[in-house]
Amino acid sequence: MRKKKITPFQVFTMIILSLLTIFFIFPFYWIMTGAFKSQADAIKIPPQWWPESPTLENFQKLLVQNPAGSWMLNSILIALITMLLVCITSALAGYVLAKKRFYGQAILFSIFIGAMALPKQVILVPLVRIISFMGIHDTLAAVILPLIGWPFGVFLMKQFSENIPTELLESAKIDGCNELKIFTSIAFPIVKPGFAALAIFTFINTWNDYFMQLVMLSSREKLTISLGVATLQAEMATNYGLIMAGAALAAVPIVTVFLVFQKFFTQGITMGAVKG
Amino acid sequence: MKKKTNKIRMRETLVSYCFLAPVLIFFVVFVLAPMVMGFITSFFNYTMTDFEFVGLDNYVRMFQDEVFLKSLRNTLIIVVGSVPIVVIFALYVASQTYERSAFTRSFFRCVFFLPVVTGTVAVTVVWKWIYDPLSGILNYTLKMTNVIDQNISWLGDKRYALVAIIAILLTTAIGQPIILYIAAMGNIDKSLVEAARVDGATEFQVFWKIKWPSLLPTTLYIVVITTINSFQCFSLIQLLTNGGPNYSTTTIMYYLYEKAFKLSEYGYANTMGVFLAALIGLISFAQFKLLGNDVEY
Repeated sequence: MRKKKITPFQVFTMIILSLLTIFFIFPFYWIMTGAFKSQADAIKIPPQWWPESPTLENFQKLLVQNPAGSWMLNSILIALITMLLVCITSALAGYVLAKKRFYGQAILFSIFIGAMALPKQVILVPLVRIISFMGIHDTLAAVILPLIGWPFGVFLMKQFSENIPTELLESAKIDGCNELKIFTSIAFPIVKPGFAALAIFTFINTWNDYFMQLVMLSSREKLTISLGVATLQAEMATNYGLIMAGAALAAVPIVTVFLVFQKFFTQGITMGAVKG
Repeated sequence: MKKKTNKIRMRETLVSYCFLAPVLIFFVVFVLAPMVMGFITSFFNYTMTDFEFVGLDNYVRMFQDEVFLKSLRNTLIIVVGSVPIVVIFALYVASQTYERSAFTRSFFRCVFFLPVVTGTVAVTVVWKWIYDPLSGILNYTLKMTNVIDQNISWLGDKRYALVAIIAILLTTAIGQPIILYIAAMGNIDKSLVEAARVDGATEFQVFWKIKWPSLLPTTLYIVVITTINSFQCFSLIQLLTNGGPNYSTTTIMYYLYEKAFKLSEYGYANTMGVFLAALIGLISFAQFKLLGNDVEY
């Protein structure tokens, strides 16, 4: 190892990184403290850096006067069900794309990659028409179902499935295992880390997919927590305490999930970037 | 013998499509069908009441629509304003943190990813307060330090609104590139770096001759995804300015949303969608060509 000397550049870097850290943590800090401030305290100038007379009235208003409880439940259901369905369908598809040779494979894979490069938001308008046509607009299914078809998960699981040793699959076949058994007992245990990465990745992205929720959900009690907070913000722009409390409800669960499963999440992001 | 391999291949194909079926069904119904539908209806006068073929009329209308041209300009400003900053900034942070302990690395990863995880809506709530003309911290700080003497309505003044939006966008766009760069830098051949240092290369030479070339594929990927995300800037605008004042923050995506979901002009909205997709495709392709030349896989 080189000997560590502290150069002016390194001092500069330390100062910059510290400032940036404060700057990037600040929004979250402000949400968490603002949630416990009264309406008057939240807009005080100079700002109250810490809630001097902490109150729970914001949460009370959210849960009693607004259906924030249902919003939370909707967000959790949407994120969990999407996560499960995306992971299972992607694991199956990724496995055969990586490990089998079949007719139409190359074309299929190119179509998936092509669709992935296409911005999702661009197809939202016709997608909403299809959802309305199916009669499921303003239901949780309207948010969940379209996300399952999104090929990012397939791509990610294909990357992870490349690690499955082909000999292992072949010997299982010779032993007379059926295809599903081979998948569940040999392939799946090997791609489990990928499965975990995709699960966390999908959970966080779905929870925060504001645009999708915005165009698919409309009646007040069907909203998600993010959408609910956005609605409150539009209705009572200056009640910062109440809105911060809503933002806290939206942010705390997902930040917790992220911090706990950070390792898997990072893996998901970096693996997804490796070109196939 | 040939026949036998064919038979095996047929069997494999059948099995494979059984495994693929769940994804394929959802993909066809919710991704492929909307794509095709969006493209076709972009040639139609398609609203709540009408559905008639109009050829290229929507496309012609688009380029004569002043609001659309303004939103195209705003979108391009956002892209040009955010992509270089994101890349340089991420490169800087990653290069200053990747050689530190695992704990420090993961600390900085978390810090810079926090705004992304917190979610656009929650982060926007804070920024709305920061920019608030009366009770916001930005005006308060600037007045304290005598930079300004009158409160500025950051989101209500068309000189500042777009820049204010870009500033927020930057804080939510930087997290993923930093994670990618830290991972990529961890993969750089350490023996090469050490050897160069032993031979007396300066840090700058080490970076430019050894690290940078091996970071090119990651840089390319970051440039492409950041460009795509910036082109689709929508949530911040819908939450903060509704495209105003005087369309100064209307992006293509926001205008498309307004046309489709508020005014029910589906055909025209889809025309903009097709245009946006084509534009993004073209620019990503150009970036691949430009940067990809030096990339060795």
